[in-house]
Amino acid sequence: MKTSVERVTAYKVISWILLIVLAFLFFFPLYWIVTGAFKTGADIYAVEPAWFPTEWTTANFEKLFTMRTVPLFELTVPFSGYFTESGKPILLATGPAIPAAIRWLINTVFMAVMAMILTCITAAMAGYALAKKRFTGRAIVFGLIVCAMALPKQVILIPLLKEMSALKLIDNLWAVIFPTVGWPFGVFLMKQFSESIPGEILEAARIDGASEFKTFTTVVLPIIQPGIGALAIFTFINSWNDYFMQLVMLNSSKNSTISLGISTLMAETTVDMGLLMAGAALAAAPIIIIFLIFQKYFTQGITMGAVKG
Amino acid sequence: MQLKKLSALALSAALVISLAACGGGGNPSEQPSDKPSDNPPAATQEITLWTYPIGKWGDQATVEALTAGFTAETGIKVNVEFLAYGDGDDKVNAAITSKSTPDLIMEGPERLVANWGANGYLVDLADMLDDEDKAEINAAALNACTTADGKVYEYPVVMTAHCMAVNLDAFKAAGADQYLDLETRTWTTENFIKAVEALYAHFGDTVGAVYCTGQGGDQGTRALINNMYGGTFTDAEHTKYTWDDPLNIKALEQLKSMDGIAFDASLDGGKEIAKFYQGVLKMAFCWNIAQQLDPNQAGTGAEKTITGEEIAFMAFPTESGDPKLQGGIWGFGIFNNGDDARIEASKKFIKYMADSAATVDAVKAASYFPVRSAAEGTNLSDVWADDAIMNEYQVLMPYLGDYYQITKGWAGARTEWWTMLQKVGAGEDIATTVATYAEKANTAAAN
Amino acid sequence: MRISTLAVISCFKRGVLILPKHSQPTMSKALQRRETISGYSFLAPSLIFFVGFVIIPMFICIFLSLTDANMHAGTTIFIGFSNFAKLFKDEVFLDALWNTFVIVVVSVPATCAFSLWVSSAIYKMHSVPRSLFRIIFYLPVVTGSVAVTAVWNWMYDNYTGIFNTVLKGIGLIDKNINWLGDSKFALGCIILILFTTSVGQPIVLYVSALGNVDQSLVEAAQVDGATNLQVFWKIKWPQIMPTTLYILVITTINSFQCFALIQLLTKGGAGTNTVMYHIYFTAFKLTEQRGHFGYANAMGVVLAIAIGLLSALQFKLAKEK
Repeated sequence: MKTSVERVTAYKVISWILLIVLAFLFFFPLYWIVTGAFKTGADIYAVEPAWFPTEWTTANFEKLFTMRTVPLFELTVPFSGYFTESGKPILLATGPAIPAAIRWLINTVFMAVMAMILTCITAAMAGYALAKKRFTGRAIVFGLIVCAMALPKQVILIPLLKEMSALKLIDNLWAVIFPTVGWPFGVFLMKQFSESIPGEILEAARIDGASEFKTFTTVVLPIIQPGIGALAIFTFINSWNDYFMQLVMLNSSKNSTISLGISTLMAETTVDMGLLMAGAALAAAPIIIIFLIFQKYFTQGITMGAVKG
Repeated sequence: MQLKKLSALALSAALVISLAACGGGGNPSEQPSDKPSDNPPAATQEITLWTYPIGKWGDQATVEALTAGFTAETGIKVNVEFLAYGDGDDKVNAAITSKSTPDLIMEGPERLVANWGANGYLVDLADMLDDEDKAEINAAALNACTTADGKVYEYPVVMTAHCMAVNLDAFKAAGADQYLDLETRTWTTENFIKAVEALYAHFGDTVGAVYCTGQGGDQGTRALINNMYGGTFTDAEHTKYTWDDPLNIKALEQLKSMDGIAFDASLDGGKEIAKFYQGVLKMAFCWNIAQQLDPNQAGTGAEKTITGEEIAFMAFPTESGDPKLQGGIWGFGIFNNGDDARIEASKKFIKYMADSAATVDAVKAASYFPVRSAAEGTNLSDVWADDAIMNEYQVLMPYLGDYYQITKGWAGARTEWWTMLQKVGAGEDIATTVATYAEKANTAAAN
Repeated sequence: MRISTLAVISCFKRGVLILPKHSQPTMSKALQRRETISGYSFLAPSLIFFVGFVIIPMFICIFLSLTDANMHAGTTIFIGFSNFAKLFKDEVFLDALWNTFVIVVVSVPATCAFSLWVSSAIYKMHSVPRSLFRIIFYLPVVTGSVAVTAVWNWMYDNYTGIFNTVLKGIGLIDKNINWLGDSKFALGCIILILFTTSVGQPIVLYVSALGNVDQSLVEAAQVDGATNLQVFWKIKWPQIMPTTLYILVITTINSFQCFALIQLLTKGGAGTNTVMYHIYFTAFKLTEQRGHFGYANAMGVVLAIAIGLLSALQFKLAKEK
């Protein structure tokens, strides 16, 4: 017993050291983004990496905020683009010009939040149905969902592009949101959660005369709430990080997202690393703040989903 | 069920509201300008321009100043989107697929003429050119913008010669500046080899990179390899790729054998420039006057690296002493979106930028040389008269070589070219690799 | 009758991956119809998006893969399976397929094993260092893939990157390694980035799964003289199995989402081409190649079949557990 305890300590020491080294490696990109955003050109292009800014500057952010401007918003008549001759929606009002990077951030939040809300609503309902309803064709639907879950969007790139073109959604954030909502992982996840709903409770609600929908909102939803939380976070992060759909579907800087904006900075003939880091910092800041504030929910929500079920 | 209907209703209401809030894009054409409310709403026409970063044509403030002048004169509003070379082609191709192309596009003949024009997406601009225009515009440039059957898919505005650059201070430190002729800006292949040897002996590391991550800046690698021993890239009729020319293979073998030269699949032209600007590489093959005026577009002064070392532009080394530089010709093309009014407006825009008193500013924004001697009475030949560096750079213009980028299958050939360089760099047999990829490029061209 | 059905189902709470049980033969026709109607009403909102933006495009994709569809206008001809025949002779595609396979086969087990190791090292710690580690390992996930890629691009830099600087500084190498430009390293480098952006969630999951392991069983085994390793394999491993399966699913999904890395770092060069990137490349770069849309879709179909098979296999394994 004693030797085993000693061995454990030796192992512990090694793993502590390893963990700390690895933690540095994982932390480093963020550190580099934040410091890089405030470095001068001389530091950024130093042949010997400047581990810490020798001189702090906000020039990168100033450049980021002045290089492109777009209107804050454009109020149009909804769906009017389908009826006008030119295919353009009728413009009611245009907002004041603001730095494009801010608009990108707003767009990204809008996109991620919308994708999150729609996914949670649709997936919670569908997951419940798949778990608790014995309907014809269920196996087929579930089979399709499982098979499509890992499907990369590149596979359906061309058809999707043509479809969005037909729906007049090109260069519109909805063209990115809809396929995200259609991605069936959420349904799968919610189905796994819903399996844990005790049948007796549902039966009791039915006997009480509650309608199907009332049962869902008053009985099912509270039980699968942690699962919805997990799904919300998962979808939000995925949607925030997804780059491909944005690259293909969006083509104007006013409708761009922050990932796309940064990648454009990377694709320029001459890459301004300081500017790039400032953009990256701007992109990372909100989501990291959200993460740090809701850290508990991030970890708890996902956990309950996976372990129970 | 009642609840469900209600929630569905609420959801669709939310959709409508957010669609409205989000601007309901749908078409890239309705785009911002700084003072949108000043425009009379009904009469205003709108066109969209997508531009690659051609000098300051990639800078919003500069371009908006130019388009504002046009709007003031014609009442036509111009919305500008800025493309990057890294993914600009993909964006345009995606836009073609989804039928959301802009009205105007600014780039060179290899895209406008050989690709989008040849495939029928652009409007023939031949009717915009009268005899006077034809007399004023540089014949070679106009020729590059014209297809074999006489259709003009690009209205050229500016041109330049792509060259290479050396870090003069590094050359001096290594004693390699003796191989440079700063008068004619030419050097022999033999001297180039000696210079690289001297630099390598002094710095002990890679001094020049044959970059090949992707197609970005590939004109530099092509020109280097072709010029060294006089090889060609295509045949004179622009029907066939001739990379397997033994003279090219000789050049590749020579470059591969040099210690100071690396085939680097982690760099493209842009990153090579950055490494050169950083002082890591002592020569850059992806260079032109815009870079000379503002290295790495960093705004740290003309002709200087970040550490203040002096940059000298040079022609590519040759055996014959007669380099053939790659030309860059930039101008406008019009996508045929089936709306005559917008095509007309776009033509007005081209006329304004490329052939009017305003052309001077359009040319200056690009920081290249005008393709024409005069525009509607305004003399353009002295646009850069007061700029010493531009004047000095004129020495390279006579070396402009054949504009072969309009050979069929160009986009495909470019990807084969950098893949070929990667394979050569990875140590595969040079002659067979070049033959294989030249064959692939030709197969693509034959299609 | 219905109660019994549901009660049976609710007994199947073990494991995350529960496959639907087939409908009970005892169900009456009327009840069956009611279940079907309400089932599909609940499914409808989700199905609209799923069918509209995944299934229909997939069918179009399959259809296009049998044609010589092109970006350029012109007639599209049905050409049967010749795109597929061509694919399996196309070296570039086969390379890409192989690389995709390597990425999945390396990164999925590596991610699972690594996150399990980190979790078992930290789950017994005091809550402060534990959450600190959890946060740090989660950071690359939330920093944003494009932003993280930009930093790694610099870290891998051939001339001034941190890896070469550090390795040269401590004398491990004497010539710069061209991480992203050398086909010996490039794919590994991509996998490493993918790895750092995907271990965050598995670690969080494993930490709590390990925390929920029944301690009485562990103690009983220790009293019986079981070694730590035995305790792990015999007691803990079976209990965290559902978590492991869930992690396998999400990491597999993740591994197929490495498009941004390739597009932003190597453009598919230096032996890092993947099918996902090659589809995009064929569709929008090789626009002169005859029938390139059809060809790109054929690649998509091959990839979809491969992924479908993989998912089915995973589920079969999950069912057996």
